[in-house]
Amino acid sequence: MSQTTALPRWADVALLPVVCLALALCVAGIVVALVGQSPSQVLAALVQGAFGTPRGLSYTLYYATSFIFTGLAVAVAFHGGLFNIGGEGQATLGGLGTALVALWLSPVLPAWAMLPLMLVCGALFGMVWAAIPGYLQAYRGSHVVITTIMFNFLASTLLVYLLVNQLRAPGNVAIESAAFAPSAHLMSARELLALAGVDWPGSPLNASLLLALLACIAVYFFLWHSRSGYRLRAVGSSPGAAAYAGIRPQRHIVLAMAISGALAGMVGMNEVAGVSGRLVLEFVSGAGFTGIAVALMGRNHPVGIVLASILFGALFQGGAEVAFDVPGFSRDMVVMLQGFVVLFSGAMSYVVARPLAALLRVWQLPGAKHG
Amino acid sequence: MDETLIASVLASAVRLATPLVLCALAGLFSERSGVVDIGLEGKMLFAAFAAGAMGAFTGSTTLALMAAMLVGVLLSSLHGLACVSYPGDQVVSGVALNIIAAGLTVVLGIAWFAQGGQTPPLPVDVRVQAHWQWLVQAVQPLPWLGPVLGQALFGHNLLVYCAYALVPVAWYVLYRTRFGLRLRAVGENPQMVDAAGVSVQRLRYAALAINGLLCGLAGSYLVLAQSANFSPHMTAGQGFMALAALIFGRWKPWGALGACLLFGLLDAIAMRLQGVDIPGVGAVPVQAIQALPYLMTVVLLAGFVGRAVAPAALGKPYLKNR
Repeated sequence: MSQTTALPRWADVALLPVVCLALALCVAGIVVALVGQSPSQVLAALVQGAFGTPRGLSYTLYYATSFIFTGLAVAVAFHGGLFNIGGEGQATLGGLGTALVALWLSPVLPAWAMLPLMLVCGALFGMVWAAIPGYLQAYRGSHVVITTIMFNFLASTLLVYLLVNQLRAPGNVAIESAAFAPSAHLMSARELLALAGVDWPGSPLNASLLLALLACIAVYFFLWHSRSGYRLRAVGSSPGAAAYAGIRPQRHIVLAMAISGALAGMVGMNEVAGVSGRLVLEFVSGAGFTGIAVALMGRNHPVGIVLASILFGALFQGGAEVAFDVPGFSRDMVVMLQGFVVLFSGAMSYVVARPLAALLRVWQLPGAKHG
Repeated sequence: MDETLIASVLASAVRLATPLVLCALAGLFSERSGVVDIGLEGKMLFAAFAAGAMGAFTGSTTLALMAAMLVGVLLSSLHGLACVSYPGDQVVSGVALNIIAAGLTVVLGIAWFAQGGQTPPLPVDVRVQAHWQWLVQAVQPLPWLGPVLGQALFGHNLLVYCAYALVPVAWYVLYRTRFGLRLRAVGENPQMVDAAGVSVQRLRYAALAINGLLCGLAGSYLVLAQSANFSPHMTAGQGFMALAALIFGRWKPWGALGACLLFGLLDAIAMRLQGVDIPGVGAVPVQAIQALPYLMTVVLLAGFVGRAVAPAALGKPYLKNR
């Protein structure tokens, strides 16, 4: 994933992601055209659905909230030299932690104590679920990619087991836990804006968006303005050199994964505390994997991650709207586009960068000779 | 326990392990050449779709198989372009293949067949059938062994036997041919292979081509033998399960076979125990059995029981320096 292309820095930071996104959109557009639909009509409906109404915008931001958490999770691990593919499982565990403490204490605790506790508990569950693969990588030499994949499956079977056999409310047909007491409800955007006297339509958008933005700022200061973050990045770029400088790589590998998992675990606040108000199956629904695409597109920087999250939020929300308007369109097209984004901006960025660099040289040095 | 129950569990274990075996062998070739293959799942899924769609369009088993293998090879080549010709990240490329396959198969399925992403069921004569029913009947009268032998060993279709026969073939190719020696060497020390004047890239592309063919077979097995049509996300993690089996089998053909059979057996037992109350124990948590393969792989990788050592150059791109 690390980039050492022949491009000048501005092009590497700004131009390459845009070109990669454009390529992904082009390929997806070709597929849309091939299945007999008009790409421009789909795009227009998509943008209208995602940004055209306050309600659409709210949904876009609601999806983006989860993607910011999982994107940050992938990015922090990446700066520690690790590929955390287990955001899905860590978010599942995070939701589980959020829900367990809410089921247990929400009838007795007031909201001001309940909500922070849910946040901490969710982050803690996600943290542990990521720290174990981190520990195994650092001290036992098993590769974090494989272990986190296995942990994704373990998390989903654990959730199914707990919901089916332990947490399902008696007499309930649906596989879900009992509803939390009102103190465990995170305020929705509608309720928040009503406090300020603004009438905003109802949507799943909730206060965890603010939490996600705070997490972005915290991650920025941690990575680039703290001693620990510097060490983490040092280990990520060269474990050997870091060890020579007196930094213990093992410890920072576990730390990177722990922070990564805690961030992914906060998805539980958005989905469980903010929206469903109970524990349900499949509440993560792919956000962990979208986080990979988000981090790749956002070049593992909080600002880029926010932008990429809004883009993917818009795609998911717009895609849902288009599916209503255009017969034969399904949200799977968005999944497909997400795959193309990972392919072009992640795996094939070198393939794209080389001709791009050649092109830039031609533009910058008109008529100049190449040595 | 009576023998018919044992026989049916064993038979379904053998059947459930078949796509795992094919996929694990695919991963074996790729990973022994030093190319990580997280994309097994996606390749198998796309191949299954190709088999289902081609089978529905043409009604030909051969063409369905060929389409599946072609798609497998194409996706592998894309992986190769990103990670063998260029130093792209192999894990990211695999993840991309998985996501693209999950989305694109449904998009194409809806566009071509308008059945919510499914392909129409294939007629019986397009699907592969069990061949040796007479043999199953012939051994039936044997005491105790009869049903077990008949159902678990002889009651399968050609693709099943083909998958298991490919294990010794893969072993022979990897350990008894010059190509296999070089392929394993390129996964351990590509510089050395390069210095010996053998093309690293060509070897890795060859490994990926074999990988694609085997993924194609695995995918077509799902559509032509296991169920009658393609349905969205039908691989349901089997590609990752195969990857786990490959690791659990320590990147060796026979080890991978053993792991696949073990995982298949666990799956078959979990299916059988669904909703069954065992006297004295109560209902068995099926999820615990389903989680075992992943748990065992993690434990093995962590080196608490035995040790699985990956090929040394696994995941590291190799580019000739000028």
